[in-house]
Parts: sequence; C-alpha cells; structure tokens
Amino acid sequence: MGRYVARRLLQMIPVFIGTTLLIFLMVNVLPGDPVRALWGDKPPDPAQVAQIRHDRGLDLPLWQQYLHYMGGLLQGDFGKTIAGNRPILDEIKQAFPVSMRLAVMAWTFELVIGIALGVLAGVKRSRLVDNTVTLFTLLVISVPIFVFGLFLQLIFGNELGWVTPTVQDSENFQQLLLPALVLGLVGLAYVARLSRTSIAENRQADYMRTAVAKGLPRHRIITRHLLRNSLIPVVTYLGTDIGTLMGGAVITEGIFNVTGVGNLLFDALGNREGAVIVGIVTVLVLVYLLASLVVDLLYAVLDPRIRYA
Amino acid sequence: MRGAKSAKWVAIAGVVALGATACGGGGSDNGNSGKVDPKGIVSYANGEPQNALQPSNTMEAYGSVVIDALFTGLVHYDKQGNITYENAESVTPDKDSKVWTVKLKQGWKFHNGEAVTAKSYVDAWNWAADPANGQQNSSWYRDIVGYDDVHPAKGKAKKKAMSGLKVVDENTFTITLKNGIPYYAYKLVYKPFFPLPSAALKDPKKYGESPVGNGPYKFKSWDHKKSIQVTAWSDYKGEDKPKNGGINFKAYSKDTAAYADLKSDNVDTMPLVPNSEIANFKQDFGDRAIEQDFSAINTINPAFYTKQWKDIDVKVLQGLSMAIDRDTIAKTVFHGTRESATGWVAKGVKGWTKDACGEYCKFDPKKAKAAIKAGGGVPGNKISIQYNADQPHKDWVVAVCNSITKSTGVQCVGDPVTDFAADTEIRDQKKVKSIYRSGWVLDYPFNGNFLADLYGTGVDGNKGGFSDKKFDALTAKADKAKTIEESAKLYQEAEKELQNSFPGIPLWYNKTLSAHSNNVKNVEFDQAGDPILSEVQVFEK
Amino acid sequence: MPDLTKTPATDEAHAVAIADADAKAVDTVEAAGKPRSLWGDAWRDLRRRPLFIVSALLIFVVLLVAAFPGMFTSADPRSGDLTNHFLQKPNFGHVFQPDWFGYDRQGRSIYARVVYGARNSIVVGFGVTILVTVFGGLVGMLAGYFGGFIDSLLSRLTDVFFGIPFLLGAMVVLNAFTERNVWVITGALAFLGWTQIARVMRGAVITTRHADYVMAAKALGAGTKRILFRHILPNAIAPVIVIATIALGTYIVAESTLSFLGLGFGGDALSWGGDISDALADIRNNPHTLFFPAGMLSITVLAFIMMGDAVREALDPKLR
Repeated sequence: MGRYVARRLLQMIPVFIGTTLLIFLMVNVLPGDPVRALWGDKPPDPAQVAQIRHDRGLDLPLWQQYLHYMGGLLQGDFGKTIAGNRPILDEIKQAFPVSMRLAVMAWTFELVIGIALGVLAGVKRSRLVDNTVTLFTLLVISVPIFVFGLFLQLIFGNELGWVTPTVQDSENFQQLLLPALVLGLVGLAYVARLSRTSIAENRQADYMRTAVAKGLPRHRIITRHLLRNSLIPVVTYLGTDIGTLMGGAVITEGIFNVTGVGNLLFDALGNREGAVIVGIVTVLVLVYLLASLVVDLLYAVLDPRIRYA
Repeated sequence: MRGAKSAKWVAIAGVVALGATACGGGGSDNGNSGKVDPKGIVSYANGEPQNALQPSNTMEAYGSVVIDALFTGLVHYDKQGNITYENAESVTPDKDSKVWTVKLKQGWKFHNGEAVTAKSYVDAWNWAADPANGQQNSSWYRDIVGYDDVHPAKGKAKKKAMSGLKVVDENTFTITLKNGIPYYAYKLVYKPFFPLPSAALKDPKKYGESPVGNGPYKFKSWDHKKSIQVTAWSDYKGEDKPKNGGINFKAYSKDTAAYADLKSDNVDTMPLVPNSEIANFKQDFGDRAIEQDFSAINTINPAFYTKQWKDIDVKVLQGLSMAIDRDTIAKTVFHGTRESATGWVAKGVKGWTKDACGEYCKFDPKKAKAAIKAGGGVPGNKISIQYNADQPHKDWVVAVCNSITKSTGVQCVGDPVTDFAADTEIRDQKKVKSIYRSGWVLDYPFNGNFLADLYGTGVDGNKGGFSDKKFDALTAKADKAKTIEESAKLYQEAEKELQNSFPGIPLWYNKTLSAHSNNVKNVEFDQAGDPILSEVQVFEK
Repeated sequence: MPDLTKTPATDEAHAVAIADADAKAVDTVEAAGKPRSLWGDAWRDLRRRPLFIVSALLIFVVLLVAAFPGMFTSADPRSGDLTNHFLQKPNFGHVFQPDWFGYDRQGRSIYARVVYGARNSIVVGFGVTILVTVFGGLVGMLAGYFGGFIDSLLSRLTDVFFGIPFLLGAMVVLNAFTERNVWVITGALAFLGWTQIARVMRGAVITTRHADYVMAAKALGAGTKRILFRHILPNAIAPVIVIATIALGTYIVAESTLSFLGLGFGGDALSWGGDISDALADIRNNPHTLFFPAGMLSITVLAFIMMGDAVREALDPKLR
C-alpha cells in the first residue's frame, strides 16, 4: 500500500510538470500584450512598458520565465500580477475558499439527490419512476448549463423572489444554494444514471440471489449487498468530479456573480494575466491528482478484490 | 506635442455576454424620512482599481473615481467646458502660450497636515516622470521642457527634474512648454498634475495603499476587491465641500450584480447600467433613472493602410456613411439611449457644432448607392467591421452592416476579436483587414481633442493611418491661436474639412445611463461620465 | 503489466466522467464472444426499441436540415428588418413561414436562423467526435496493447491533458485564434477532449489482449498490425462507440457554452450557440428569442444521447 502510494506520487511529478508547461505555453501564445493593455484605448508609453516588462520578468526568454516561475512555486511564491503588482497568492487565497464552498455544496447535491434518484429508479426498474428519472436526467444533460442557470435565476431570483438573483456575499451558504444546484445539476444527472444502471446490473448478480435465498431482510440486502457493490463506479465518478466542479464553475460563477476561481480565471484571461492563469491551473491540477489518488485508494476499500501492491 | 492623452478608460468590467438578468417590481419605497443626513454615507458601485492609488498611476475608471474624491487639482471645467479654478488661484499663459504661471490658493493642506505648496506639485511631477518610479501616466508631462532628460525613450533618467518646472515662491511655479498650446490649462485637470505630500514620495508603496491627498475626502480603508472607504474631510478648503459624510466604493465584478443591488437599495448608484437592462432601467427606476450627455462618440474607421482604402475616392466613404440608418438603430438596438452623431466631435465640449458632417451623416439609401457608384465602388464590394466581443458591440455592428448591405448591396460582416486586449493589439500593429469600430471619450472638453489627437497625421491616437494635409494645416493654425475661444473656432473649420476626406464614419453620441437608490438624491454625472459624488445627499434612515 | 491493478478504478472513473458508459460494458465485450453476433444481436434488439426509433428519426431530420436548409425556409437568416420586425413575437399559426418563431433584435427570422444554424452545430458535433475517436482510440489502443514504457508514457500524456479543466483549456486555446471558424472550434474541442476515449479504449484493449483468440492469432504468427486491427479493435470498440455517441451531444452543448462565453464562431457564421448567447440580452422581455435556438439545440442533443443510451443497452446483454 505504502509503495503504491509512493509510486503514484512519483508519477504525479511528470504529469504536474507537463500540465503546467502546457498551460504556460498556451497562455503565452495568446494575442494581446497585457502590459500594453494597461493603457486601454490610449497609446502606451514605451519607456514605462519596458520598465514594467522588466519588473515582472516578462523580458526573459520563455524557458527562463517558466523555470523562474516553477522555482518560485516551489517556495510558495506564485508571482505578482502585471496590473497592480500584487501577489497572486493573495488573489488565489481569496478565490479558492469561495469556489471550494460552492463545489462542496454542488457535490453534496450530486451525492444525495443523484444517488437517491438512481436508487429509486434502479430498485424499481421498468416502472413509471424509472422512466421519469431517466427522462429528467436526459433533459438535464441536453440543455446547456447556462440556459438552466439563467432560467432558474429568472424564476427563483426575479419572479418568485425566493433568493437574490445574484450572490451578494460569496461566503453566505444560503445565497450559494441556487448556484450550487445549477453547478451540480449535470453531475447529479450522471450520478443518477450511473447508480441506476449499476444497481440494475447488480440486481441480477449471483450474490443477490444468494442473499435473497438466505432470507435476509430486504433493506439489508439493498444497503449491504446491492448498494455497496453498485456504488463503486459512482464513488469514482464523485471523487474525480470534485476537482472538475472547482475549476469548471466559470459559467455558474459568472451568472451568479460568485467571486471564485472561475471568475478570477475569466478576468485573468481577459487581462492576459498569464501567471494568474498558470497559478490557478497549478492548484487545480494538484487537487485533481490528489483526488484521483484518494479515489483509487477508496476503491480498494469498497472492492476487496482489488489490492494495491 | 499633441499625441493622444490618456484620460481614463473603463476597465474590462466583466463580460457583457455573461449578462445575468434581474427583474421584478420597481424600487420599493423604503420609507425614508425625507430629511437629509449630512453624515450619511453614499455607496457607489465600483470595481477594484487596477493599480495602487497614486494619481500619476491611475487612468482606468475604478481608480479614477477614488482618486478624484481624495485629491483636488489646480483646475477643473464646468458643464460648458470652461476652466474653473480649484487649488489654483490663477493659471496664466504668456502671449505665446508657452510659459504658464500657476498661483496657488493659500492655506491648503494635505490630509496629514502638510501644507500644499508649489513644491508639492513640482516634486510630484518630477518624481512621476522618472520611469524608475513606474507611473503609467508619465507621458502626460511630455509637453514640458526637459521631459526627455527625465524620461528618455529608452534607459534610465539622465536628470531628476524637468528644467521646464520652476518654483518661484511658496505658492507660485511656472511651467515652460516646448511649444505653445493655447488650451494647455485643460490638461492640468488630469490626475498626473495633482500634488503629492513629500512623505508619499519617500514611501510610495505605503502611500499607494493608504493615499494622503488634498481633496474633499480623506482615505479611511481599502479592503482589496471588496471596498474602499473615504470620509468627508472637515478641513477641506475647496468649493466642492461634501454634502455627505463619506463614500463607500463597493467593488463589483459584474455590472449586472451591481444593478440588482441598486434595485434593492443595497448600493446607491452605479456608473452605467448593464447592456441587458438598457431596455428596462427607466421602467425599473422611474424618476430615479438618470440619462445624461456624456462626451464620447462612436465611429467606424477605415484602415487607410489597407489596399482596400489606400486610394479610395472619398465619395465611397460618404456613401457608406449615408447608408447607415442611425436613427432606427438607436431607437431599436439601443432602445433610444443613443443619439445619432452629426459630426466628429462629441457633445458637451467646447467648440462642438451641429451638422459638421452635413448631409453625409443623414440616412439616404438612394444617395448612398449613387455616391458609392460615382466613387468607383468599394474594392471587393465587401467590408468587415472589427470589434471586441467582450463588450456589447455585436448588436450594433450587425445592425450597421445590415443597413449598409440593404441600402447599397455592399457585403458587410462583423469581425469579432475575442477581447479588448487582442483588438488593441491588432489596431496597434496596423493589421485591421477593412474597418474597425472606435470610440473616444474626451480627455479634455475641447473640440481639438477629438480632431487633432485622432486624425492628425502620425499622432498616436490615429490608428487608421489617416493623413490629410489640408486638415493638418488647419489644426496647426488652430494650435497657434491666441485664445482658447479662437482656437476652438479654427478647429471647427478643421472639422468641416473632414467632410472631404472622411477619416471615420460618425455613428452615435453616448449617454450616461444610470439610476440612484431610494436612499439618496442629487445624483449627477459630469460630461466625462464621472459621478459628482460630493453633491450627493443621503436621507436619514 | 505494472498498471493493470489500478486500471479499473481510473478508467471507469473517466469513462463515466462525461458519458457514463460503465466498465461493465467493457467486460461484456469479452463475454459476448464473436463480434458479428454481438452487433447482430444488438441491431435486432435496437430495432425493437422505441427510444432508438424516435432518436434515429430526430437525428435524420436534423441531418436533413443541416444538409439542405434551403428546403425548409425561403427566408434569409442574415437579413434583418429593424423597422418592421424588431423583436416581433412568434406567430405559431404560420408553420414553416419566416414569422413562425418570431424575429430577433436585428429583425431577422428566428425560424430561418434556427434552420440555417443547424449545420455548424452538427459539423462541430460530428467533427469533434470523429477526431477524438480516431486519435484517442489510437493512443488508447497502443497504450493498452503494448503496456510497459509506451503505456506509461501515453498514460501520463493522457493525464496531462485530462488534468486541464475542459472549459478553461478551451477558453485559452480559442483565445489564441482571432479567426474562429468551424475547423478551429472543432480542433480546439478535440485537442482537449480525446483523453476520455483514450482511457476507455486502453481499458477495453487490456481486457481483450489476453483473450484466447488473440493468443491464437499470435501463435499463428499474425503481425501486430493485423492483431490490433482485425482482432482487438472489433472487440474493444463497443464501449468506445457508446461513449462517442453520447459525447457527440455534449460537444454540441460545449460549442454553445463557448459561444455564451464569447468564444464561439466568429464573423457572421450561424450557429445555435451564437444565437442563444445573443438572445440573453433580451431574455427578460423577449424570451422567445432564446427559447427556439435553445430548444432545437436541446432536442438534437437529447436525440444523440438517447441513441447512445439505446446502443449501450443493446450491447450489454445484462441490461436487456
């Protein structure tokens, strides 16, 4: 087990370097000069442009910039923003807790509602419930998330007035409820479909027949035997999804004015703050890598047939 | 001298495509007493300033509005575009408009008690001109003699002070310019010409985070990306003494969020209602809606360096201009919130005249078609209009294109560029394919700013590579005039001349569209689109 | 095979990440034996499924519209009349006429725009799916078949691309292009989207490569190429096809999402996504401008996902 974890951690190093390098290069080929952009519509001052460029290390060759950046990263230094010369770490520190909160709430929706729907549909297969759940999940997946977001905002925020249309305080759980639901909606549908299919398959498994034959009580069969075995793919999905939820909230955060990572990323892209983008992706990749490791370990716990050497 | 100056530009304030919506009932009556509370705090929907709060380093809108509350400069201008004196007792040019003598009002102090003297100005300007201090607005001093020693195009400063700035006595200094500029006093309105206390020059970093000015408001706190708070300063000597107790500049990342807050009285006013609410804001706010003239103009400009427009007959451009149904587009796409332009100068500045563009800015499809034909047609019979897609330009660009195609048969498509940064780069590098959209907000309320600074041969603001000798001669003459009035008149002649060369096609004049909450009254905006915050009165709760 | 122990976990996770084809489908391939009978059975099963018939019909109509938009409307989707048609409401009685779905804020027929917008959305959907299946399938197949160093290398490469959040990656890539036509958008989505197929394919190949018939082919001296394409591919492709069908719909959604972020088609190109994002400014007073393009998009995506669902169930005997 320990050796397995160590090997996985070692494998993360090239992946981590590869991802950051890829994003770093991608950000650097973007058209538009961030230093020039500080002057907006107005003509820039070449001497000041040179000064700022030098100051932020943007006059170095690309490979040096990357090494420089990674070197700083190892010491916990994410660099400074081009506009305003502020530490990027401060911006990330401000945005991540917000996104984390939103992601955890969305994730909880996926977990609770998703599995509940899946179980409902799976256990009572080929009934009206099953068809309704299937149709619902299909609809959720087919409609673009921003259409959902805007409609729910229009209905609950504007027409009914149950919530504020946009989030005023990104640290308020109540206000984050609607955006979290929108963010978790697609995942929720996948979780429901996944658990439904998985349960449906496992219902016919031999061990189920054995359990029924042994005369075990129904709820025990369902919870101990059926669910435990059926939820393995669901767990893996949920595990890797937490990272996706954090980084993929650009749309939801934009619609509901949540000042999280997605918003920060969007603004950084518009202002060509390359170091901010790379910094965020770095953190997201770390989250993703660690989450997938945890999922794999969890997998062994759920499925005794799998042993890591 | 007359490169385009940077006044301020609106920072990329969120993306309009992400337009959320808000609706529901209009403003609720929150039952205020109707009595004014002189200690009440006004909240203003702002954003996070781009840079530290230093006057010479602030050009975008979010920082500008805070700096304006904290600092008071030498002069300002009124609604007619006339100079008014603030910290200056007088600003007088010599007969060539080359040497300007500035006399300060006596007894003014900074918030920290230091006296505001001639030295506070001269030292601040010299400090800001040095590239080592990284002040973005430093090129504003370029008209002053000795600027090039302090701020060479490349490398370090050769001298620490501009020889054109001389302290005469405690309250007097002189500015010597390289060339005479009759309207130079207007430039002194801008932030780089504000004074700084001596301590701020010693520790700029600290004072950038907690600025000390000489203005109506005193700095209180800055919670990054959340709010900046300032309080009314009781020792203020200027005319514009605050009628409220202070201002809370709240940072919003989306204008739609600010709009929702404004409707629920959680913020008192905002700079501009979001594009998605232009159709609704008058209905949402009733008599609390604000619609004011704003000295800015929208144009589409041909890239004269391209093969298509290089040797074009001006009749073609006149024809294209006549093919655009400005009034209908203003009525529909803009929901009546813009006004068709009749010339190249924005309204509300000195020297503005009606109909400078004459018949060529009036919609007439028949004449348009005939003119284009007479001019030999549009090369390729196809044009494209470049715009940045991160701001709400698409709607009107498509409508303009449609109008052109329908009236004249010339193919026209929008050419969106992802965002402003990329758009600017293409324009700077002179890689526009056909025509680009352009807009200009006044630097100073003088018609010359919209003419010489945009269409003079080779000036920085002239992105389309336009060049017309006749026009250049007329503007040069206007710059040699003895008085501002005379100069403005001569510039009017230059504007008329543009009919015969058409450097850009004028489209609309902008307006400031805003509203205020139930908590306040007397909310107004000036012609630069900035709120006049010191006049706002807050009701007792 | 150093990595085999962990394959089920990671691969399943990602197989389901977008399109929920679970690894049980992977197992089935082995159980189902000869390819022909599997596909034959599946086809017989499919023909009896109403879900499949409905989705196939829908897809047929959408493809027809995309191929011959002129057959469905005579109106010009690009020409608007601000004076007469500005934001005119739909006229539901006027079936197939320009004012059927009403007019947008440029005075253009929404019906015509919906009809002409189909092509770009469909081309992106199919284009990305084909690119992703070919490239991702190849990478997955090589990694799964050869194992060892090649597997490690390709798997890490897959991880690198998988680690980048899809939307963020697409935003960065598309920002780099000033001219965003259908090929740029297709390429960008494929550039970031191939990892999922690669992982599924790798998993499927690993379970297939030790099958008796592969061993037999090897013993008979068949070349690597022949083994890969004649023996392994037909048996491992089922889960990939399932995922690809469902993913096709999600790519169409992805295009509209990018349009919403202002990174969709440039110029005057027509697409549902572009019209949806344009309509957002009018959502409060004129929801019809949003409803029709969004509705068409959703129905199309629904059709593809239903089709994928049906195919998956047909291929999986346990679900029949």
